[in-house]
Order: sequence, then structure tokens, then C-alpha cells
Amino acid sequence: MSCELTHSVLHGYLDGELDAARAAEFERHLETCRECIAALESQEALRASLQRIGLYERAPASLRDKVRRDLSAATVAVIPQRRSPLPWLALAAAILLVVLAGWKLIPGLDRGTYETAMASEIVDAHLRSLQPGHLTDVASTDQHTVKPWFDGKLDFAPPVRDFADSGFPLIGGRIDAFRGRTVAALVYGRRKHIINVFIWPTKEADNAPLAGTQLGYHWIDWRRGGMELCAVSDVSPADLDALQHLISE
Amino acid sequence: MPMSVSGQGKATEVLDELDRLRFEQLVLPHLDAAFNLARWLLRSRADSEDVAQEAMLRAYRFFRGFHGGDARAWLLQIVRNTCYTWLEKNRPVEMMTEFDEELHLQPSANPEALAIAGDNRERLTRALESLPPRFREVLVLREFEGCSYKEIAAITSVPIGTVMSALARARQRLHRALTNPVSQGAGYEL
Repeated sequence: MSCELTHSVLHGYLDGELDAARAAEFERHLETCRECIAALESQEALRASLQRIGLYERAPASLRDKVRRDLSAATVAVIPQRRSPLPWLALAAAILLVVLAGWKLIPGLDRGTYETAMASEIVDAHLRSLQPGHLTDVASTDQHTVKPWFDGKLDFAPPVRDFADSGFPLIGGRIDAFRGRTVAALVYGRRKHIINVFIWPTKEADNAPLAGTQLGYHWIDWRRGGMELCAVSDVSPADLDALQHLISE
Repeated sequence: MPMSVSGQGKATEVLDELDRLRFEQLVLPHLDAAFNLARWLLRSRADSEDVAQEAMLRAYRFFRGFHGGDARAWLLQIVRNTCYTWLEKNRPVEMMTEFDEELHLQPSANPEALAIAGDNRERLTRALESLPPRFREVLVLREFEGCSYKEIAAITSVPIGTVMSALARARQRLHRALTNPVSQGAGYEL
């Protein structure tokens, strides 16, 4: 003797995939069919075993690293002009506009709004710099070449140092525009990644670093000795922290 | 199937930062699911790492053909295809075993044996690995990944109406493999 339903509907019932009417019908069947009751019990026990033993195998960290490397290698650092506009990008731009408009109209906005607006702009500036030919105006690993290059181009002297010994080689510098003013941008390398450090003078007091993430890019912003500095990159937050410490030393 | 990969045109040669950002947000979170499916289809962690890596890159190249919806199912469909291609090339014998038609196989009425076997990780692993890949995959998708029948149908490219019976057969096979470990699946031991 074999009940046909143990080979079909019982599994839909077990998986919660039957509609209400069919589930109710099967439950009525269960009241009289011993075979289905036994089959349901053993299938539930089997499922419980699978869950309890935990045979799910997570991706090893080495795979995650390899995939990230592959993605980088298959990606060209170009801001697309020809693509059909992405709806979320338009939305992000709209939000940014609203935030910026609000910022100009309402004095003394809280720090949270400040961060959101700044993070969008800083990531924007970072992505812009990754376009071919935009990364550096002066390409040199020598701080004594890069530092004098800024003279006469800025009304302040950005701190320029090479940290190649600590794994953050100086790649070069450039003049960039950020929030309507001219800023210095220092470019550092970290393995195959690019870090931009934007620097501009501020009248605000020194503060502890603030960090955040925007569109998958990490940034860290701090003020020290009349300068505001903001580092941004796709490297890990820990790497950005390390660079922040080096610069502040 | 609306999300068939083969029907989505060509791979993109040049992807940009925005593609990468979107891919990292939508698809990369399902890397565990990709690896887990590959591991159970290939029955080897080392091979799975290679094949999952290849599948992720393949997914990235086809990413512009993904127009929203269920990113996990979309990715798992690519992982599955990549696994079968790899199996056909590297272990052709394994792929020759079709779904057999032991439709109305009786589950052995032996709850004690099931209880003992079910608590043994190694026996459970061996029993699952002894099933033909097409049974194994529906079990992995349903029991480990928690996929709905609709998702399983999309990932494995079968009509949704056949998912329930495929699961029924797979579970009966697993049940039997656990309670009669010697009598089955000798051809599947590595």
C-alpha cells in the first residue's frame, strides 16, 4: 500500500507552498492517513537534522579577496557618459540638490546633514579624479617635488609627505575644486587602490576624525592646525585610519 | 524563464565604477550562497572556490543584462550553469547519470536508523553527496538556501510544477541513503 500523496502534495505542505485550500484539504487527509502522518514526521525529522547539523558552507575569505580583485581588474575607472541614466543615480543627485539647497538656506545645520552632503561631494570628486588623465597634475613620488609644485597655486601650504615605507606611496598631487573653493588633492597608492586626500584651510577648531561610507567608498575627515583633511577611497576603513594616523603624526 | 541568462545577450567587455558599485551592493552579498551551491554540486571545496570565482566574474560580465529582481536567484542560475559546464568537462561520468525514475520508492520505515544517521555530520554529508547532482541541487536550494519553489524553478530552469515532485524524489533518496547507507549510490563515491 502506498498513498500517492506522500510523493507529491505532502512535500508542498512541508514547504509551505500549498495555497490555503489545498493545505486544508491535505490536513483533512492527514486525519485518516497513517502513512502520510509517518512520512511527514520522518521528513520533518530529516529537515531538522539538516538544519541542526548545519552543512551550509560559507565562502572562504580567500575567495572573497579573489572576487574583489577580479572585479577591480574587469572595471575601467571611467565615469560613464553614454549610458542610459540610472534611476538611482538621478535620485541620489536629486537628494544631493535638496540637501545642498537646504544647506544654503538654513544656517547652522546639524553635523549629520553636513556629513551626508560632504560625503556625496567627496566621493564625486574621488570618482572624477579616476577618469583618465585626471588623477594628478604633478606625478611624482618625491614629496620635495610635489610640495613646491603647490606654491603659488594655493593660498595655503598643504602638508605633503610620502609614506611609502608604511605602504602608502605618494603618487602625486593636483589642484581640485571642492565645495566652490580650490583645494589641494594628494594622491596616495595602497596596493592597487587609489586614495585621494583633499586638503583646504579652515577656521574651525581641531576635531577627532569622522568616518563614513558612501556608495561603497569610505571617507575620513578631520581638522588639525587650521586645515581640514578628507581622505576617500575604496580601500578598507582600517587602511584609511592608518593613513589618517600617518598624516596626523 | 524571464531571467534566463542565455537570453540576455552578450557579456559586457568594459564595466565601470558604477557597475562595480551596484554589483557589490546587489550581487556580492550572495557570495556565500554561490559558494555553498558550488560546493555541494562539485563536492569539493577547492574546486568550488575556483568555479565560484569563475561564476562571479561571469555574473559581473553579464551584469548589465540584470534588470533588477531577485539577484540571488539570478546569480545562482549562473553558478549552477558554470558548475555543470565544469562537471561536463572534468567529470563527464558523473553527468551521465540522469534523474532515475524510481518514482515510488518506499522510504524505509526505520525512524531509529534515521535519527541516528541524521545526527552524524559525516553520514549526512555522504548521503547528500551520494545523490545525483540534480537531486542534490534542489535539496541544497530548498533546505540550505531556503529558496521558494518559484526561485528553484528559475535557478534550475524547470517548470515550477515539477519542483515539488523533484523535491519529493530527492528527499526519498536522501532518506533511503541515510537509512540504508550500503545499498545505494556506490557509483557516486569519490
